[in-house]
Amino acid sequence: MHYRHPPHPEFSTPHGSTRSLLQKWHLDANLLQALLFLISLGLFILYSAGNEDAHTIEGQCIRLLFAMAVLMGVAQIPPYRLRSLAPWLFFIGLFLLLAVMAIGDIGKGARRWLDFGFIRFQPSEIMKLAIPMYLASLLHEKILPPRLKTLLIALAIVLIPAGLTALQPDLGTALMLALTGFCVIFLAGLPYRYLLIALAIAAGAVPILWHFMHAYQQQRVLTFLNPELDPLGHGYHIIQSKIAIGSGGLFGKGWLKGTQSHLNFLPEHATDFIFAVAGEELGLLGACILLLAYAWVIGRGLFIAYTAQDTFSRLLAGSLAITFFFNVFVNIGMVCGLLPVVGIPLPLVSYGGTSMVTLMAAFGVLMSIQTHRRLWSK
Amino acid sequence: MPSLQGLVKNHPQEKRLFQRRLWVAGAIILSLFIVLIARLIFLQFFEHQRYTALSDDNQFALLPITPPRGLIYDRHGVLLAENRPIFNLMLAPTKIKNIPATIKDLQTLLSITDEDLKYFDKQLKQNGRFNPVVLKTKLSEDEMARFYVNQYRFPGIDVQAELVRYYPLGENFVSALGYVGRINVQELKTLDPKNYLGTHYIGKLGIEKFYEPQLHGQVGYQQVETDANGRIVRVLQRTPPVSGHDLHLSIDSTVQLAAMRAMSGQRGAIVAIDPRTGQVLALASVPGYDPNPFVFGISPDEYTALRDSPDRPLYNRAIRGQYPLASTIKPFSAIAALYYNAVDPDWTISDPGYYTLPNGAHTYRDWKKKGHGRVSMAKAITVSCDTYFYQVARILGIDRLGNMLSLFGYGAKTGLDVDEELSGLVPTPAWKLKTKGEKWYLGDTIVAGIGQGYLLTTPMQMAEAVSGIAMRGHHYQPSLVAYQTLSQGKIMPHIPKALTPIYLSDDHWNLVINAMRDVVASGAGTAHYNFGVPPYSVAAKTGTGQVYSTFGQEIKKTGVPKHLMDNSSFIAFAPIENPQIALAVVVENGGHAAPSIARQVMDAFFNEEEHALPPPPTP
Repeated sequence: MHYRHPPHPEFSTPHGSTRSLLQKWHLDANLLQALLFLISLGLFILYSAGNEDAHTIEGQCIRLLFAMAVLMGVAQIPPYRLRSLAPWLFFIGLFLLLAVMAIGDIGKGARRWLDFGFIRFQPSEIMKLAIPMYLASLLHEKILPPRLKTLLIALAIVLIPAGLTALQPDLGTALMLALTGFCVIFLAGLPYRYLLIALAIAAGAVPILWHFMHAYQQQRVLTFLNPELDPLGHGYHIIQSKIAIGSGGLFGKGWLKGTQSHLNFLPEHATDFIFAVAGEELGLLGACILLLAYAWVIGRGLFIAYTAQDTFSRLLAGSLAITFFFNVFVNIGMVCGLLPVVGIPLPLVSYGGTSMVTLMAAFGVLMSIQTHRRLWSK
Repeated sequence: MPSLQGLVKNHPQEKRLFQRRLWVAGAIILSLFIVLIARLIFLQFFEHQRYTALSDDNQFALLPITPPRGLIYDRHGVLLAENRPIFNLMLAPTKIKNIPATIKDLQTLLSITDEDLKYFDKQLKQNGRFNPVVLKTKLSEDEMARFYVNQYRFPGIDVQAELVRYYPLGENFVSALGYVGRINVQELKTLDPKNYLGTHYIGKLGIEKFYEPQLHGQVGYQQVETDANGRIVRVLQRTPPVSGHDLHLSIDSTVQLAAMRAMSGQRGAIVAIDPRTGQVLALASVPGYDPNPFVFGISPDEYTALRDSPDRPLYNRAIRGQYPLASTIKPFSAIAALYYNAVDPDWTISDPGYYTLPNGAHTYRDWKKKGHGRVSMAKAITVSCDTYFYQVARILGIDRLGNMLSLFGYGAKTGLDVDEELSGLVPTPAWKLKTKGEKWYLGDTIVAGIGQGYLLTTPMQMAEAVSGIAMRGHHYQPSLVAYQTLSQGKIMPHIPKALTPIYLSDDHWNLVINAMRDVVASGAGTAHYNFGVPPYSVAAKTGTGQVYSTFGQEIKKTGVPKHLMDNSSFIAFAPIENPQIALAVVVENGGHAAPSIARQVMDAFFNEEEHALPPPPTP
């Protein structure tokens, strides 16, 4: 299979000039095309979801350009450098997480933000990259599949920042952090018997976790299980978003013609619930095209992981691609009423969010891994 | 190299392990993608119609358009009840996350009282969360300005205009008009829910209640597209409402206001009727009260004050006050005597100042201790001789006297177009046996002859009865509404309803009416000094209802406390030849105040230039 012997990038693309420029900037053409397609589709949907407001699009474009710059910056760093940076990034992130516990700003009732005067950001965002990087660098040194001792260390690396994030409290991000870490460990060859034990423990932990949940978090779960329980309160979001998607039908009500979003029945329609706008206005067809765009990005990410040349790169690329998928899945699952409402935006399409920068940095990592490959294979 | 297994990294094996795991992950990802697509197909294909219906429900609404309530005018077109816009502060519960905090914030701008909040909480529970709820009614212009400047801070809070009943002449017309108020739970059960969808007010009393179906009109509808706040984005279809009928009362506001003015400081009632049609010219109960606070729901304190006032303003004396007929019965007793040929019109008595039953069992006193000397029927009316009418009653018997009183309308509701009227009482032996458990005594008949005992009448009935004399038996049922104008400009006149005529010879009518003329015109007449000499001819009869029995002892009237003073009543009509106004006045504890009050009302009526009801505008 040609995967095992990837052709030299120089010869893999037909357009010489583009190819050389991309190569020079360490950008993966295929992933870039996928991202640009997704982003364009996203802006197209956001224009309607944001009530045709030019400022919304402008703000989103500025954010995207900044994120793209971050992507390009990260792509220049070769994987071995990333590996050596990983512990630093992780411990700085951990320190900031602790700092946010101590002095963090009160934002939306939860302490998530750190204010440096000129910029406010969430340290948990750093962790989205730092955890898989640090874990991958750690496991890179170990013999795989990992032994119990290694697994316990890895578990600590995942659970400490995830736990701190959960205490903020930001359960959604905490779960995503845990998932990212778990992906690395799984890809590294976590024995399936441990997996079963972990699942059993997790099942046992549910009632305990329930006990420690905040009332609003419990409410979200209850509402997820039965949205009609509180049709005007917590169930309102889900009911309205299902109405939006369902009423869209096969081909949608037409771009800019969604009544659910334009008449404000659908809450948060430019941010967390933007997929419902796509479903309403563009129908099943449009939603599938959007899913296809995600599939392209994820597929390319998995391909990069599959063909990566060292353990660190493989684990990191694989976990980043899978995590990206789960971001998409959790959001769309929530909007479709398959999963409880957790405040996770639709990646690269939802308006705003610092997570966009983190996501693009992750794609920068993927590009770095893909474009810094040597021409030999093991 | 099995010995090195687990000690040295085996790169190809690790790579294979990784790639196997990646295949597993890929498979999971693929299956989850399929789950999402399956879910979308379920929602967008199989459930599409259901969600389309729900989306339409969200988006489209059939909103009622409240019909404007019909206006009420007096006979000259003076506006008595109108609809004024008021501005209410509305709160949309779905748009506001923290309602108490928002209200607290609003209170820094506007005064929102505990009562407002109480009403708000009640409405919030009733309305559910989707409908906007009134937070504060009747914003002043100043308050509106203050709110609008800060509105950006309060999403979900808005000002809404509403048309609300207003009675510009306040307490002067409440006894006839009544008032509207917010629909209560009991009323809600009896209303047509569709027609009252957009209506918050309903007639509670008086004309407003009696003509509720006509005043209300027909609700209209508009099919609208709304946003999540219920704000109308687009009107798709509109069925306009049919506004209620405008009512043109026969009441003459000049006469009404004169009546209120003449009675001010007293307690009592005046009813004036145009005897030619039965149309009511004035319906006054004093003291009155301002109906406007009742429209919004009067505060408990204000209501308690009105209810517990010793003057009882809420008590509509004109149609619900039941008083003894007292001496105002005498013309009717005389007519009964003549009608049944019970007494010869030329029969006279010699009045010693009392009347003793033939068996000597009991003696009944005249109000004038020394008596009136020789008394004919005419003189008996003019000087209000009790002794004469004791005997007339005894000769007539209670049945014939009662029959005649009933023919004039006593003892039954007059059929006035309001609901609250009381019927008064014309007693019969059967009635007494039933309610008191006692048989009827001759003494009961004797005192009935001078309007005392069980006989009770409302001022409304007195006015109707005296217009019966004015019209010489050809009388009409009293009515308040002269005509209605419909929304298309059509006129619906009220057709006067003739009552059973009372046939009496002209001579007999002349006898009674001339005697009544002398009540005012003759120096011996009981109203001669109190009524004075008017520039028009007038026939009248005074009455004095005893509140406190003096047992025949003469007491200096100044020595009697006000609340024990006699009720003063007065019936009259004018001009005699061509009666245009018939009225009844009752003044509680008024001594002899009624004739002079009646004079002021009649003067006001005759000083007006035009008395005839202006012809209804041609459509």
